[in-house]
Amino acid sequence: MKNCHHLEESTILRYASGDLDHAFSVVVASHVAMCDQCREAVRIAEEIGGHVLDEIESAEMYAGAFERLMDKLCDAPKGEQDAARMIKQKPRDLDSVVPMPLRRFIGSSLDDVAWKRVAPGVLKHDILAADETSSPLYMLKIAAGKTVPEHGHGGAEMTLILSGAYRDDLGRFAAGDIADLDENLEHQPKVEPDAPCICLVATEGPTLFKGFFSRLLQPLVGI
Amino acid sequence: MLAALRVTRSRENSMPEIMAGDPETLLVRVAQRRDHDAFKELFSHYGPRIKSLIIRGGANAAQAEDLVQDVMMVVWRKAHLFAPERGSASAWIFTIARNTRIDRLRRGAAQVFEDVHEMDLVSDKEGSDDEVAARQRATLIGEAVDNLPKDQRQIIELAFGQDMSQTEIGAVLSLPLGTVKSRMRLAYSKLRSRLEELK
Repeated sequence: MKNCHHLEESTILRYASGDLDHAFSVVVASHVAMCDQCREAVRIAEEIGGHVLDEIESAEMYAGAFERLMDKLCDAPKGEQDAARMIKQKPRDLDSVVPMPLRRFIGSSLDDVAWKRVAPGVLKHDILAADETSSPLYMLKIAAGKTVPEHGHGGAEMTLILSGAYRDDLGRFAAGDIADLDENLEHQPKVEPDAPCICLVATEGPTLFKGFFSRLLQPLVGI
Repeated sequence: MLAALRVTRSRENSMPEIMAGDPETLLVRVAQRRDHDAFKELFSHYGPRIKSLIIRGGANAAQAEDLVQDVMMVVWRKAHLFAPERGSASAWIFTIARNTRIDRLRRGAAQVFEDVHEMDLVSDKEGSDDEVAARQRATLIGEAVDNLPKDQRQIIELAFGQDMSQTEIGAVLSLPLGTVKSRMRLAYSKLRSRLEELK
């Protein structure tokens, strides 16, 4: 897929080094699954990790560590290995509009998502609740033609478009595009008139309700 | 055993360490023949490095030892999913160590990384990549990292080698988060342009 809006370089490094929490990792992985260019970028970042691993000063292993491991491997059920071996051949539903990392959570169709109405023209589906190890992750379905009032972009928020499109000062965001914005940017996104826009959103925990998409939910929580 | 001897230098430790056969070939032998000798070579090269990586990330020696066992078990089981035309053995093993650590923190959370890896394997977009090109690229990236300006290289090493978040890096170096991000961005762009030059 050809996308116009990609991940920021520092996000690619954070993803590859394991610094993003679960919610943000799912959004990034979902974009990466839809974007050849960012997949390549991640691979380069992982080579950096490989190089750092090669260069690191070794720590001494306990005596007999290898033998202990081989004992465990011999005890392991044979089936596990065969299951792992299957993966490569298993035909995947590559045509689904739902990227694979997201399919684990919602299945392979956007039609089966259980939406709940949270504001006029805005439906929401919660995927991960915020907890001590992750920011919240959710999907939004915003009505065709809906405009969001102009606002700043205070907290970290990452948005992947799954279906439909919106426009703002940065251009048009359509399926596969990711809004990975760092700056405090004023913008006024408008969903295109022909179809609703469905997107996947992660919002940083401590700065909840600062970003654009979470702003849509504010009438509900009364902030 | 292949004739090639790879010499890996550890920066702090000037004793060269010699691994018979390159790690990519060893991994392929593990995948194809369940070759114990090859796996043992990989274990003695990567085990102490993974352990060090995990200790630097904040674990104690016993936890790290335990995690090395988990990581190397995955290496053994998934060796057939290693694609030498996509990247180096070290990069692949780094991702397994990363994923194992993430799963330890939150069970199942690393699945998204595995999904992407799997996508990569079935994607035909970069089918033209071959093993030689992938190795050259890995070497270039290594050289480029070593040649980064000190302030950028330091951030790369803290992020990848000590498992620090951007926020932690900022705290440790007394830098605003924006500076950490911009140095990361600069470092990465520099690597990219180095790779572009040689295309």
